[in-house]
Amino acid sequence: MTGLSAVPDGLTTMAKALNAGLRRTLEEDPKVVIMGEDVGKLGGVFRITDGLQKDFGEARVFDTPLAEAGIIGTAVGLAIRGYRPVCEIQFDGFVFPGFDQIVNQVGRMHNRSAGAVKLPITIRIPYGGGIGAIEHHSESPEAYFTHSPGLKVVTCATPSDAYWMIRQAVADDDPVIFFEPKRRYWSKGEVAAQPGPLYRARTVRPGRDLTVLAYGPMVGVALEVAEVAADEGRDLEVIDLRSLAPLDTDAVIESVRRTGHLVIVHEAQRTNGLGAEIAARVQEAAFYSLEAPLLRVTGYDTPYPPSRLEEEWLPNVDRILDAVDRSLAY
Amino acid sequence: MPSRTAATQAGTAAQGLLPTDVPISLIDADARACSDDDWKMPDELRLLKLYRGMVLGRRFDSQATALTKQGRLAVYPSARGQEASEIGAVLALRPHDWLFPTYRDSVAITARGVDPVEVLTLLRGSWHCGYDPYEHRVAPQCTPLATSALHAVGLAQAARMKGEDTVVLVMLGDGATSEGDTSEALNIAAVWNAPVVFFVQNNGYAISVPLAKQTAAPSLAHRGIGFGLPGLRVDGNDAAAVHACVSRAIERASAGGGPTLIESMTYRIEAHTNADDATRYRDQHEVEQWLARDPITRLRRYLLDRKLLDESKIDALDAEADTAAAQLRERMNADVPADPDELFKDVYAEPTTALRRQRAMIDAECRAGAA
Ligand SMILES: Cc1ncc(C[n+]2csc(CCOP(=O)(O)OP(=O)(O)O)c2C)c(N)n1
Ligand SMILES: [Mg+2]
Repeated sequence: MTGLSAVPDGLTTMAKALNAGLRRTLEEDPKVVIMGEDVGKLGGVFRITDGLQKDFGEARVFDTPLAEAGIIGTAVGLAIRGYRPVCEIQFDGFVFPGFDQIVNQVGRMHNRSAGAVKLPITIRIPYGGGIGAIEHHSESPEAYFTHSPGLKVVTCATPSDAYWMIRQAVADDDPVIFFEPKRRYWSKGEVAAQPGPLYRARTVRPGRDLTVLAYGPMVGVALEVAEVAADEGRDLEVIDLRSLAPLDTDAVIESVRRTGHLVIVHEAQRTNGLGAEIAARVQEAAFYSLEAPLLRVTGYDTPYPPSRLEEEWLPNVDRILDAVDRSLAY
Repeated sequence: MPSRTAATQAGTAAQGLLPTDVPISLIDADARACSDDDWKMPDELRLLKLYRGMVLGRRFDSQATALTKQGRLAVYPSARGQEASEIGAVLALRPHDWLFPTYRDSVAITARGVDPVEVLTLLRGSWHCGYDPYEHRVAPQCTPLATSALHAVGLAQAARMKGEDTVVLVMLGDGATSEGDTSEALNIAAVWNAPVVFFVQNNGYAISVPLAKQTAAPSLAHRGIGFGLPGLRVDGNDAAAVHACVSRAIERASAGGGPTLIESMTYRIEAHTNADDATRYRDQHEVEQWLARDPITRLRRYLLDRKLLDESKIDALDAEADTAAAQLRERMNADVPADPDELFKDVYAEPTTALRRQRAMIDAECRAGAA
């Protein structure tokens, strides 16, 4: 293939970085196809696939009929014959008609077929709140998928990760659920020249006093918290989890061994959320290093509220700082 | 080989299930009465009611769009151009019937008598539904497409089990017909002979996706026969025809005749919502063609030609619509305070211990913040 597009240069939004990453996957592998609702002419409601149908044609980038079970189910058939479908689910709350296909089929085909069939499907899902939307447009459903064997689940927090992680996810021979923090789509950053490993957490701010673990939309908030805490003389370490399944807890365990304090942050509801599993693993591995109970700052165990109340519901700097205080004062 | 009798039986059962070649129409685009032996023109009083409903509906719709621009609504999916479908259908309901609307059907819900501020509660972002579904027998507006089609069938079946004469009208978009839930609902309704009317507003698009990419069927009404229910196709910009079709489908269901699928051929004049940019995927020329088929102008001309309406009545109605819009604007300009306690309301019949604890946590934070 001639003329591979370059890594985006200068400040890039997450939306543009994802677009550039997808473009590159289409260039590199003729078996990559992009399918979903409104991904063609419109370029997706968030414009993540903007211009791709124009440049790669309707055979490679196409609008499906409006049916999520249909999108995922037909992607399975395409993948069985060697295609590499990238499915777009328009909003987090609309993945559920496709849930049966994802959990019962996508996640299990490799196992059922004793390894004969690989399903290199990427399912992109814009997720999370903070954009003032109506119901079913602000959900954080990641734990349903991390609970299901056979699926890999990742999420990006920066334009750089967006670019590299989408390329790596599409190249993976296993199915990957790719969660995109939609309220960060317009945030800007530079794209690194080289990728890091896909299924590894990353320490985004080193610190000595307490560890904050976050992912997706909450990484930026955690970094803000660390800034504020620094003014108060507290040195927080911030880790971006990145890979939710396989769950990479090495970095956080190593960190907690040093700091003795951990605050886990996610937007998703609290009960049986990822924080619970992370806490369990950390206390198994670093029990004697802990100087305080592991704390979680999460969405509440209620349906995601209407936009009028979402600021009250979402974990924010104050709530996280409060947890930091409680942990350090323990 | 199937027997001849079996084949004949299938043939007989199929009769009457297919839509007509030309959509049912009573008042054509030039405001002339069409003669159709099968369908009767609604009486004068009805026609005037339809006209009134459409005028009020359009004014409500444009006010809602304006409120979006002023930041008073989170989002608004306009039904401009679809008033004949919205009003023609909803005014066919009897008081004890039920309506299952979508996010696009605020105009229909308002015409059902629900307070417009309560209707806009969802799109304002105040709550997920602003009215009590039992009060006007209107289900919450459906956002996950087609899910409500199944609820409608279940509610209709409940009415039959209780021996009540209730018919359920469920509204769907053309795009929503591609969801599995729609197929399941059509099938179950037909098998149960449930008193449901499936009213599909085919407005040409599901966001950017045109109907041709949604279905390969000759029409959406043709889908009825495969499930064993009649499919009707109606000019969705002709309020009289829509009203006649839906009324008959309701009568039929009420008399135990079972469900009907109606495809109402109309057009979405505005973008999908205020957040959408329709120039990316459709030609303005196409929009203009449909503007010429405007449902309100059409009925107005018809009524004027027959002296059922005159300029002073038109002006009076426009003034009434403006007053209603001004009242709505004023009421929507009031801020709805955000009380975090509301987050925990009504998740369960009784709050769980975990929720009580989480609520107490917020209270403690508020106190700490205030201190
Ligand atoms: C299950 C589901 N998938 C996707 C969406 C996102 N979505 C909202 S409206 C829409 C298009 C619907 O088109 P149509 O049914 O024709 O109704 P219209 O908007 O034209 O009234 C889409 C894809 C959704 N609401 N629900
Ligand atoms: Mg439509």
